[in-house]
Amino acid sequence: MTSVTDTSASPPEKNYLNEKITVSSWLLSLDHKRIGLLYLISLLVFFLIGGAAALVFRLELLTPEANLLRSETYNKFFTTHGIVMIFFFLIPSIPAVLGNFLLPIMLGAKDFAFPKINLASWYVFMAGGLLGIIATIAGGVETGWTFYTPYSTMYANSNVILAVSGAFIAGFSSIMTALNFIVTIHKMRAPGLTWFRLPLFVWAMYATALVILLGTPVVAITLVMIFVERAFGFGIFDPALGGDPVLFQHLFWFYSHPAVYIMILPAMGVVSEVISCFSKRRLYGYKVIAFSSLAIAVIGFFVWGHHMFVSSQSTFASLTFSFLTFFVAVPTALKMLNWIMTLYKGSVSLASPMLYAFGFLGLFVIGGLTGLFLSTLGTDIHFHDTYFVVAHFHYVMVGGGVMGFLAGLHFWWPKMTGRKYPEAIAVFTAIVIFVGFNLTFFPQFQLGVHGMPRRYHVYPEEFQLLHIFSTSGAMVLGFGYTIMAIYLLWSLKFGQKAGSNPWDARGLEWETSSPPPTHNFHQTPVVRQPVYPYEAPSVTAPPANDSPEASHG
Amino acid sequence: MNETLKLLPAQATDFAGQVDALYLFILAVTVIFTVLFFVLLVGFSIKYRRRKRAEGAAEEKAPEPPHEHYTLEIFGGAFLLVLLMIMFFWGAKLYFKAQTPPSDAMEILVTGKQWMWKIQHPSGKKEINTLHVPVGRAVRLSMTSEDVIHSFFIPAFRVKNDVLPGRYTQLWFKPTKEGTFHLFCAEYCGNEHARMIGFVKVISEEEYEAWTGTGPVEGETPVQAGERLFAELGCLACHNPASGALGPNLAGRFGSMVQLMDGTTVLHDENYTRESILNPMAKIVAGYAPIMPTFQGQVTEEQLGHLVAYIKSLATPSTEP
Amino acid sequence: MADSHPPYLAHHFEDLEQQKQSATLGIWLFLITEVMFFGGLFLGYIVYRGMYPEAWHLGSGKLDIVLGTVNTVVLIVSSLTMALAVRSAQINRPKACANYLLATIVLGTAFLGIKAVEYSAKFFPGEDAAYVLIPGANFFLDSPFSNGVQLFFSFYFTMTGMHAIHMIIGIGILAWLYVKARQGTYHEHYYNPVEVTGLYWHFVDIVWIFLFPLLYLIGRH
Ligand code: HEA
Ligand code: HEA
Ligand code: HEC
Ligand code: CUA
Ligand SMILES: [Cu+2]
Repeated sequence: MTSVTDTSASPPEKNYLNEKITVSSWLLSLDHKRIGLLYLISLLVFFLIGGAAALVFRLELLTPEANLLRSETYNKFFTTHGIVMIFFFLIPSIPAVLGNFLLPIMLGAKDFAFPKINLASWYVFMAGGLLGIIATIAGGVETGWTFYTPYSTMYANSNVILAVSGAFIAGFSSIMTALNFIVTIHKMRAPGLTWFRLPLFVWAMYATALVILLGTPVVAITLVMIFVERAFGFGIFDPALGGDPVLFQHLFWFYSHPAVYIMILPAMGVVSEVISCFSKRRLYGYKVIAFSSLAIAVIGFFVWGHHMFVSSQSTFASLTFSFLTFFVAVPTALKMLNWIMTLYKGSVSLASPMLYAFGFLGLFVIGGLTGLFLSTLGTDIHFHDTYFVVAHFHYVMVGGGVMGFLAGLHFWWPKMTGRKYPEAIAVFTAIVIFVGFNLTFFPQFQLGVHGMPRRYHVYPEEFQLLHIFSTSGAMVLGFGYTIMAIYLLWSLKFGQKAGSNPWDARGLEWETSSPPPTHNFHQTPVVRQPVYPYEAPSVTAPPANDSPEASHG
Repeated sequence: MNETLKLLPAQATDFAGQVDALYLFILAVTVIFTVLFFVLLVGFSIKYRRRKRAEGAAEEKAPEPPHEHYTLEIFGGAFLLVLLMIMFFWGAKLYFKAQTPPSDAMEILVTGKQWMWKIQHPSGKKEINTLHVPVGRAVRLSMTSEDVIHSFFIPAFRVKNDVLPGRYTQLWFKPTKEGTFHLFCAEYCGNEHARMIGFVKVISEEEYEAWTGTGPVEGETPVQAGERLFAELGCLACHNPASGALGPNLAGRFGSMVQLMDGTTVLHDENYTRESILNPMAKIVAGYAPIMPTFQGQVTEEQLGHLVAYIKSLATPSTEP
Repeated sequence: MADSHPPYLAHHFEDLEQQKQSATLGIWLFLITEVMFFGGLFLGYIVYRGMYPEAWHLGSGKLDIVLGTVNTVVLIVSSLTMALAVRSAQINRPKACANYLLATIVLGTAFLGIKAVEYSAKFFPGEDAAYVLIPGANFFLDSPFSNGVQLFFSFYFTMTGMHAIHMIIGIGILAWLYVKARQGTYHEHYYNPVEVTGLYWHFVDIVWIFLFPLLYLIGRH
């Protein structure tokens, strides 16, 4: 645990948390660490809203009849659930919270290139979120998170405009964040911090930012089209005018498929960090993992049509999209392989962050592999829009995305707050969540195989048994998250002091005190070692007059 | 035992069997990978678990970093790709099959609207939310929607296709087993989406004949209705086989390639016929003046279906005047 | 070190070079997102044009090519003045910089004014007008293609509308720059904001350079 700056980590020392504590010093703070925390709080609220909604409609699904929610209400619940969880929780989750907090520190920079834009992004995000919430309160939206036309434009009797504007605005905030990330990674790396000395978390953030920058504007304009059609009665997707509703689907998925990699790449970045730390070893095939992120980001832009195999897009299109989709699987599989091989001959300890990382691995493999059933044309005809798809994307998004987020949250919690949470309870919770998750979503694969369509609140009797499993699982899951909420809050006050490097990890963020000082480092660090130097004790030399490599550009 | 705990749902077509075969193949591959993955994950974390060390001795001999060569990745990736390509081609083969109905398929018209399925048989017999089909005969559904997008889904047949407004889409199957099977609307279409369901009743050839024959058949078959409309709407004025006057003679036209004024050619299929009636100016047949008036708003979806059925029937020489 | 910074160098940057490079990279990335944004619209436009060529022909025939051409010229000139504003800042002529910014603002506003005239001609066609070109319930055009033409105008208004919004935002920023420039904020050592805004302004012009032929000239052969 001997790292040079440890000495400077003695308690009374000023840090970004206790520097100034007025409300305005938080709401107007340009400090990326504080902005990260602002995001963390807001996102957890959204997660709670989305999750609570899920619990409610899961209860409705206990019985074949509609005895808790009317059809319209049910539709509003799953729509809210989908929109909130995707646009207001998972897409921003890791980048906006962990990325915001860690990126500059990992790069040895004082802050992002554009701190004002960074703060603005949070306000923009909240504005979008507010619109979303207003839409819900004002009567709710029942289009599904996919807003398919012409239903959303001409038939839905609800606040589509509000919801669409909300998602549109939230999109801006992720563009701002992504822009900041790319510029900062290019221009603000510490001396000696060459591209291949970057932690894989940074690589993942870079790939994610690229996808955000290229994808989000397209969904933005698509939402604008829905907006004008609904607000001003323009006809863009209106079949009566010869408009093409399927065109909407193309535009929507052009963003929303890459969006799924916006949700998973950051989680993969987190998992890379965690696995390397708890195997005490540089990652196996560092470059493969780094570049596979880019590969996924790029290929991910050419597979959107796999959501439309039975939408009557041309057979040729379907073939192409199916074919390309399989190629996305390969780089992902290679990551899996490399993570496994990192454990091999490592020195593995199963602390709570590692358990969540394992949760990610186990669940994402299942989620990812079930993606193959869906990218295979012959089988997707049957599985499309059934619970098989629902199960697939919860395995990848909750099992992958959320688990990755939790792994990161636990891994860097001591760094962010300066406190440790009770490890034993954390381990217990990790297991509860893992069990609850599988109980919730595994039965849904079988439901899909037997043809249970999604977005159904009433269903034939034979499906009830599996729905009962699923609902009870959801309760366990909710219970698990609740404990987590409690012990994390508890640790803020009563947790024991963490020290600057509680996990004996490597990387610049562990070389500064926890919580870090406002300017992250007392003097700009100079990097002299390869990435993840677990074989050596952690060191960071003060800036020498011979700065090793140029880092600007 | 509960239906849904069985590995596979009921199979009521040969196609279903073929889809399941592919499903089982992918299942096998993925299960193997998943198991392998879990075994390695657990195995390694036990075998290489961190040994308890005396305090202070923490730093002594950390595991050496992995060496940088990529043979494992390259071969692993290549191997995986082979498996994936098998899935792709196998899946594509079935997809083609699902896309190309046999020529002798019996044709049934399906119209989706919030929130019901309107079905009309060749005999003219109509039904709602229930689809009677004879066992052992290939059936092709010609589907369209009056409002939003729906999706016609019969799990037991492993077939599904979206039903779009302003366009015809198709779906075909050949039941091999008598019985009653679920019919679902799979594409979210509004409040009662979950209640836009029904049954497919597969019955014997004789029962079917009996069923379509009797019951409230309103006079004419779709083709007859189309023929009547063709006269009533004044199509004959121009499309008159006798005096091949203003408009092209539609006999034997359907299914052929049509030469357009701008030099291109299009296949005369259902969607082309539909367009020609609702939006005649969109594609002008070579050698004719763009004088055909639009019939937008003058014909209902149903009548349109009948007209198309009629023009289609002209394709086969037998019905040619 | 932060105190050794000149006032116009943000504390978290090491040196001016780094700050300048960051700003430039930033704006280029932003412009890429803008390209994707309008790209979506252009895609839709092209798809539909393929489906309904005649309607597109009729539609663009209904646009006022004279005003369109004038506007194009206005915008190109504004790009010139913008470029000159940047140049003046670089060669340390704060006054000139401010004036050129003002000129750009004036031209930009002129563009919007002319656009407004064009729009109102569509909104208030007058009693005896044979058609109403605002998409929606009371769109009216006596032609077998009226549906397609309505699609065309849906795109016309969405595209030009989006462009206009970008112009308005641009003018807002320019106004702010103008105030700053009057105070001589920008000089040879510090002119990022002007340069960056310039890039944005040029981009908005280029979008119009695409819109003009696509909407006005298409099918006027
Ligand atoms: C985080 C989000 C996420 C991720 C990462 C993925 C990943 C993938 N998805 Fe998923 N998908 C969604 C989110 C996601 N998806 C959502 C939200 C929907 C539904 C949207 C809606 O309709 O509402 C959806 C729907 C969806 C469909 C459309 C289904 C339909 O509606 O008919 C398809 C079809 O191809 C698909 C395929 C895939 C594939 C092939 C991957 C691949 O990227 C997966 C690659 C990973 C693997 C293949 C596993 C790797 C591991 C191994 C191979 C094991 C290797 C073992 C060793 C090395 C030992 N997905
Ligand atoms: C990141 C994305 C995300 C996440 C995390 C989740 C989480 C969950 N989802 Fe969700 N889901 C989607 C994305 C997501 N979902 C999407 C995109 C759809 C498609 C929508 C559409 O069709 O348009 C969908 C649809 C969907 C369906 C299908 C609905 C239908 O088609 O009819 C179901 C059904 O079971 C479901 C269930 C759940 C459950 C039980 C959870 C659980 O994991 C939730 C657990 C979380 C909580 C319980 C809240 C957190 C709890 C606390 C902080 C403790 C305190 C609070 C309480 C105890 C209440 N989801
Ligand atoms: C005023 C004359 C006129 C009337 C009335 C008319 N048509 Fe036509 N139709 C034409 C002409 C001329 C063409 C060829 C030019 C074109 O494609 O528009 C044509 C083309 C067609 C085609 C495409 C033929 C092909 O093989 O390419 C179809 C199908 C068709 N008409 C159906 C109908 C139907 C159905 C009606 C009545 C509901 C109808 N027409 C009424 C004049 C007419
Ligand atoms: Cu019709 Cu769902
Ligand atoms: Cu996808």
